Amino acid sequence: MRRTIPLLIVMVGGIMMMIQFFIPHQISQAVFGLYTDYVPVIAGFALILGVGSLTRVHYHKVRRRAENWQYSLLVIFFLYLMPVFGIILPASLGGQAEEPSVFHFLYRWVQIPIQSSMFSLLAFYIASAAFRAFRARSAMATVLMLAAVIVMMGQVPIGDYLGKWFPALGLWILRHPNLGGKRAIQLGVGFGILATNLKIIFGVERNWLGGAGR
Amino acid sequence: MLSLRATVPAMVLFAMAGNVLAQQGAGVLAPPGEVTVSDVPNDGGDQLLVCFEPSPDDERVNSYTVYRRMQGEGDDAWRPVRVLFPGQGTSFVDGRDPDYSVRPGQIYEYRVTALSESGEATGPVYVAEEAADGEWFNTNKVRILIGCAVFLGLIFFFFSKAQSGDKLYLRPIPGIEAIDEAIGRATEMGKPILYIPGLSTISDVATIASLTILGRVAKKVAEYQTPIMVPNRNPIVYTVAEESVKQAYLEAGRPDSYDPDSVFFLTQSQFAFVAGVNGIMAREKPATNFYLGMFWAESLILAETGSLSGAIQIAGTDAVTQLPFFITTCDYTLIGEELYAASAYLGREPKQLGAIKGQDYFKALVMLIIFGTLVLGILDVLANTDLVAWLDHLVTSPAAG
Repeated sequence: MRRTIPLLIVMVGGIMMMIQFFIPHQISQAVFGLYTDYVPVIAGFALILGVGSLTRVHYHKVRRRAENWQYSLLVIFFLYLMPVFGIILPASLGGQAEEPSVFHFLYRWVQIPIQSSMFSLLAFYIASAAFRAFRARSAMATVLMLAAVIVMMGQVPIGDYLGKWFPALGLWILRHPNLGGKRAIQLGVGFGILATNLKIIFGVERNWLGGAGR
Repeated sequence: MLSLRATVPAMVLFAMAGNVLAQQGAGVLAPPGEVTVSDVPNDGGDQLLVCFEPSPDDERVNSYTVYRRMQGEGDDAWRPVRVLFPGQGTSFVDGRDPDYSVRPGQIYEYRVTALSESGEATGPVYVAEEAADGEWFNTNKVRILIGCAVFLGLIFFFFSKAQSGDKLYLRPIPGIEAIDEAIGRATEMGKPILYIPGLSTISDVATIASLTILGRVAKKVAEYQTPIMVPNRNPIVYTVAEESVKQAYLEAGRPDSYDPDSVFFLTQSQFAFVAGVNGIMAREKPATNFYLGMFWAESLILAETGSLSGAIQIAGTDAVTQLPFFITTCDYTLIGEELYAASAYLGREPKQLGAIKGQDYFKALVMLIIFGTLVLGILDVLANTDLVAWLDHLVTSPAAG
């Protein structure tokens, strides 16, 4: 039962969705809307499990006094501090109603800058990854490097200054060999998604059931 | 979507204000002609195609305003549903704006007012000949249906072929063959394995493919008694991943070795997740990193940190824009469809192999069609024919469906 019922739900739901794609009738649209309405409800319940997991893992670390357990303590502290300021005490720092709340302050001036800092690391990592990728160790790597240089020079004013053919050639590389390769991968991905969906719908692929799948 | 609720009355006022200033001198404006209403095909029964005859003085008209009411309603029920300016034609699809939705089965009445500098002229009221009605099959999707039927047919054909015991050859994929080697390396070094099942939700097929591979990897890990860490961004993915790893340990006969803290939820925030995983890489120094699933901008930050930590890395994603980053920084990369094929390669179950074979044959068919079109294109140039245009018309014209 633990395996059959979920498999049946997926099979019936999957076939219904496949048929629904070809039926524009309002009844079909309503069924589709009903299915999609369930998704956020399930996600809401799952979030409780997620928070529980995070608490459990870090609580164990603190209790065992594992290495770097102090970080775990901080994680638990801030994990529960944010909802406290967001839901229970939605007050501002100065106590005035028109001032931004503590939750807003923490989000705007702590969380967002930290996230931006993480994102900005990408620029440095792109430089180091490019350095590694563009080392002309083989004929193919040399072709890659030359193509990259032409595309990059075509995107900046100095390329245009050095020769009008730089932007034109860069655009040609992007529009033809690059786009062709990209489309070939996307076609493969599309067929792969379709085949995987069919395997799930017809019960060939069961690992998504977790332990019950095997 | 820009709402007509605010824009239509504003447009009406704008057009009228211009007319008030210059009503003298010109003759009386002739009203617009007949209004015809027909049901829009292949819709949910919530759209009507409205066409009207323009005013005989069309060249003097500044705008047409189309009004609508339900049959049987009074004069105060007229609502402007569309304003058409010169050049915008004399037809439109009514019901596209959610503020002016069309009810299925409801008969509506329409009238059109023409506005010019000399004044306005309202045409007679026309009762729609048809009500909006939803269709039970979208004829524009006939070609998709044929494609799906061929694809399904091939998949089922190879399902049965594989089940009857036929040996199906699949080309070796280095990234998949390296999985065992990577697990072995971690075992020898006595260091953990880090497995990231992407950052997407369970509804993403790449995530499902990744969870399938996770089950296989976890079984090997359990056999080798190597620690594994599976941080998750999505709570639903976390629950499935946890079950999958737990079951893998059970199947490997090592349920006692399973650590409940090995699969855990980290955070739903994209870059906070990256910070958390990078911290794990820096502190725990895993010997092997798996990045399999859907990734976005964080792919390079994760893979480059892993590369700097000296781990052997295997990545796989169907996100075309992230593939170059993984190829640059990882030892092996599963490109696009290889991610979906990995589960079948690892499990070697006949039906799974059959699905891949069917998928490959369908791809070959598509390649043949593309090649055929290329040949036709060359013929067009050499023999001055219009074969590609003819084929294009055959495929894209709704009438051909």
